[in-house]
Amino acid sequence: MKKVITSGVVILVIGLLGWGWYTAHHQPAADKVTVVGSTALQPLAEAVAERYQKTHHANIIVQGGGSGTGLSQVQAGAVNIGASDIAASQKEGINAAKLQDHIVAVSGIVPVVNPKLGVKNLSMAQLRGIFTGRITNWQEVGGPNLPITVINRASGSGTRVAFEQTVLQPGTESINAQEQDSNGTVKEIVSNTPGAISYIALAYMNNQVQALKIDGMSATAQNITTNAWPLWSYEHMYTQKHSSKATTAFIRYMQSHRVQSSIVNAAHYVSIHDMQVTKTDTGQVRRK
Amino acid sequence: MQGPQQNLLKPSKESREEWLGKLVSGLAIVLIGGLVSAILIFLTVKGIALFVQGEFSLGKFLTDTTWSMSNHDYGALPMIITSFLITVLAGIVALPMAMIVAIAIAEMLPQRVERYLKPVIELLVGIPSVVYGYVGLTLIVPALQRLFGGTGFGILAATCVLFLMILPTMTSMSIDSLRGVPQDYRRASAGLGATRWQTITRVVLPSARGGILTAMVFGMARAFGEALAVQMVIGNTTIMPKGLLDPAATLTSVLTTGIGNTVMGTTANNALWSLALILLIMSLAFNILMKLFNKRGGQR
Repeated sequence: MKKVITSGVVILVIGLLGWGWYTAHHQPAADKVTVVGSTALQPLAEAVAERYQKTHHANIIVQGGGSGTGLSQVQAGAVNIGASDIAASQKEGINAAKLQDHIVAVSGIVPVVNPKLGVKNLSMAQLRGIFTGRITNWQEVGGPNLPITVINRASGSGTRVAFEQTVLQPGTESINAQEQDSNGTVKEIVSNTPGAISYIALAYMNNQVQALKIDGMSATAQNITTNAWPLWSYEHMYTQKHSSKATTAFIRYMQSHRVQSSIVNAAHYVSIHDMQVTKTDTGQVRRK
Repeated sequence: MQGPQQNLLKPSKESREEWLGKLVSGLAIVLIGGLVSAILIFLTVKGIALFVQGEFSLGKFLTDTTWSMSNHDYGALPMIITSFLITVLAGIVALPMAMIVAIAIAEMLPQRVERYLKPVIELLVGIPSVVYGYVGLTLIVPALQRLFGGTGFGILAATCVLFLMILPTMTSMSIDSLRGVPQDYRRASAGLGATRWQTITRVVLPSARGGILTAMVFGMARAFGEALAVQMVIGNTTIMPKGLLDPAATLTSVLTTGIGNTVMGTTANNALWSLALILLIMSLAFNILMKLFNKRGGQR
């Protein structure tokens, strides 16, 4: 009996190893595309990959890990696509000239507060004052007498870089505040803390938190396309200069009008074809 | 004539088994030793890169209080202090509780209670830390918010979560060390006319001291290295903590939030590896401490 169990286990282990070896070496590598990086882009990439694999012969693997991981992995050639919501040229340690940038979506960012606070609109100057620590009480911006609790995103995360690029003046820095690294946690905290303010990707917006208007403008896809709502960033998919056929095909599919107007819009991102303005890596906006 | 002689000239089956056993265990030891030294070497090389490459000085790293990865300020003192603070606080609160429960279960209550309670406590030891973190996020943080105002995130919340986490570990290990005290000691003590309480405080506890201290250090080592649960409730602010209700950041929470956003080989990434090296050195220290306590306990 013992021998049977032992030999069974041995056979199982050898079988699994062999299977792993087989799939690693014998699967047509040309059809395999690995996407690693930005967690903000991950749900969208997964949805598109699922649709893509129904009609195309391909094996698309989507993983998170963060924008920094995505960029360094694609630079090292370990993955086919590095997903990032921060431009490669803005990331220390990445040689942007070696990578090919593909913009696959536009993501809006919206400042959020607790619904019970009663503040619904802020000017850009007020928002800047809050995030640089100059304004510390809601009274100063027409709210109740309540200290402001700033909740920032993790340093170096794409959403934070895009937010600070637009809101803060060059050279200034946001106050050293609480940092959370996911949209979900930020929403949870803001909805539970009376005086909290933070910002989340538009795709994660729901009625748990109150979205703020900036200078009377609200964060809608329409306003983002004209830059009337200035808080937005590109979602990038970086590849090496010479990428595999399957990789190029998948990115082209993701950028196609059909996908952009269906899945991308449904996931509350903005289609890249609707944009009437362009933004440089450092945040300058120009009309198309 | 042939049979026995041949058997005597050849190595027996048993001696071959002996050889095989030696070979297998030798290989296993080489494998584990190799793995451990590979991790140690890798972490050390990565961890000292920041200082060796002259990007930041070790002195400033250990004494500076500003941590800002975008500005290349890598003062790790706030995180080191916070890590120690929450570990010690959680340990101080958990130890007496663990002791009381352990004494009650091992010394005072009937055997039947232990039969049912011990598996429950051991089950709590095995609960993944993310579950404790989630409990902290949904129950402890809002409760602290209602009690003290503010956001609720901070050192106190982290201490509460860690307390919950290490209490079962400490309790279960303390029970084991109390059980390890020979029954004769108790009988002898009773024979001298000591009450049960006198027996517990003067005979059983001193004999089990080594094991109980080990339990405490083991629990604190777990608390020190805990990343996920702490990160969920501490607020992740890399400033020097001024009060129990202030948000702060530990070595582990900075690591988990930062590592995905940095690129291998950059200064920021190296600084995170240096934090990891500190964690490694600390867990080594905890291990040595445990060994010392065990030795002392044994000698008594």
